[in-house]
Amino acid sequence: MAPSLEAVKMTKKYGSFTAVNDLNLKIEGTKCVGFLGPNGAGKTTTMKMFTGLIRATSGNALINGVDVEHDKKAALASCATLIETPEMYPSLTPKEALTMLCEIRGVPKAERNKRIDDALAQVKMQEWEKKKVGSFSKGMKQRVNVASTLLSDPEVIILDEPSTGLDPRGMSEVREIVRSLGNRLVFMSSHLLAEVQEVCQEVALIDHGKLLVYDTIENVTSRFAGSMGVVQIGFARALDLQVGTAISKIEGVTSFSRLNDKRVMVKFDPKVLTQEKLFETIANMKAGAQSLEASAGLEDAYLSLVKETL
Amino acid sequence: MQIAVITKYNFLNYFRARRFYVMLVIVALISGLFTFVVAYLQPRSIVGTGDPLNFYRSGWGGFVNFVVVLSAAFFGGDAISGEFQNRTGYFLVPNPIRRSAIYVGKWLAALAASTIIVMIFSLIMIANGLYYYPGGLPSQFVESLGFAWIYLVAALSLTFAFSSLFKSSAISILMSVILLLFVFNFVDLIVSALAGYEPWYSIVYGAGIVSNVLTVPFPDHVSVIPAGRFNISTFNATIPEGLGILAAYFVVMALLGLWLFQRKEFTS
Repeated sequence: MAPSLEAVKMTKKYGSFTAVNDLNLKIEGTKCVGFLGPNGAGKTTTMKMFTGLIRATSGNALINGVDVEHDKKAALASCATLIETPEMYPSLTPKEALTMLCEIRGVPKAERNKRIDDALAQVKMQEWEKKKVGSFSKGMKQRVNVASTLLSDPEVIILDEPSTGLDPRGMSEVREIVRSLGNRLVFMSSHLLAEVQEVCQEVALIDHGKLLVYDTIENVTSRFAGSMGVVQIGFARALDLQVGTAISKIEGVTSFSRLNDKRVMVKFDPKVLTQEKLFETIANMKAGAQSLEASAGLEDAYLSLVKETL
Repeated sequence: MQIAVITKYNFLNYFRARRFYVMLVIVALISGLFTFVVAYLQPRSIVGTGDPLNFYRSGWGGFVNFVVVLSAAFFGGDAISGEFQNRTGYFLVPNPIRRSAIYVGKWLAALAASTIIVMIFSLIMIANGLYYYPGGLPSQFVESLGFAWIYLVAALSLTFAFSSLFKSSAISILMSVILLLFVFNFVDLIVSALAGYEPWYSIVYGAGIVSNVLTVPFPDHVSVIPAGRFNISTFNATIPEGLGILAAYFVVMALLGLWLFQRKEFTS
């Protein structure tokens, strides 16, 4: 059975304030779905209902068909979560904290050490595995939190802004990790549209507790994005600052952003510049440009759908 | 199995935390002061009567309830509220584990840590007692030790209930200490002495058996002293009554705390 997450008429009210309003959303299959929305839109509230941190006022949250409120233990058996920025018991080491989770999740004893070592290696925290968590920075704790989601080989992973607190390299590494989770259903909220665009295939957009759209990124952007052209350009080697400056100065380029060391996103006015001309100009800079990918303008789609920030 | 996991790691956390050593220092100060006073002043009422019960009543009986209350407040007061305030609950709760398993596991860890503190205090008192009265331990002291542990169990249930009620660790610890050290004593005094009612509702009243069992014969259940136009009543819980009150607190408060924790939401 394909992994699934489903919200059925899910509503959460705090007094007279409705944080999530009659949300219906069904996500099925192995893919990464970005969960977008402005501050206070109901993203974290929705994720908390999926993980048993709060209860829905009405409606149901189902993971792999199991109602979280009815049987949280069964629903979360094959689901790993990272909600907000959790804290671990400060006197425990990352190894101990992750061992505790392995024991709770019933990971076989013979596999625990390897899984923990692998997970800590993935988030580059193996050197810190025997230091107490209480002395860690927020970013280091968040790396261990990310590692905690990789322990039990879950079918479903719920990530609430996983790059929070991380430095740019850490953010890039988290994106790599999420990208590597190909055979799972990943439901990830983020404020970073480039991050979602880079790692997710589908996107769900929520505002004022209501689902505005859920579709593939291509469909969402083709329906809602504006007239700007957007491309992602891949480089064979790490991009230096001068090349970035030169790209942003090309006539017709309206914005330039670095997605990681070897990948950039460029927005341009198609009336002034074609994709081919843009790539040719960049290739002539001899910076190792090797691929151009038409990128959907998720930001434009977002801005056309979400009119206010609160 | 999951309960044991929670107990193990919470106990490890307690054992490495500053508060465990603060409690050890408090116990060392109380028992050290008592040891010094007895050794230096040799008070007749404590070591001069030839009755070891006088010694244990003054030392153990005088301080054990204080040690029990502080242990219960230190280890139980923020056990649940800390999960919310310190955000450790965000790491623990969204896992395939029932909240009841987390609650029970944490309760057992707090009981283990508190029991160690009370046992250390009792060992120091026993060492002192055997120095002055080498004949052995009075059976009443062994009973009192058992009652103190039962009081600890009941007090932990109460502090866990407070911990489930509040989201602030400081408030839940403070409320537990104030209630167990001052409020119950004050209300019991008013209700019994002035109104003449037995304070059967009070955990502190029930815990009176911890020190009263060291008095032979056991104090009267009720004594009334005429004071002018009024009568001042003093109540002492009998052993069955005291055990009943402590058992009721354990059951009711444990269930109340668990119910509150299961309903409590992780809202930021």
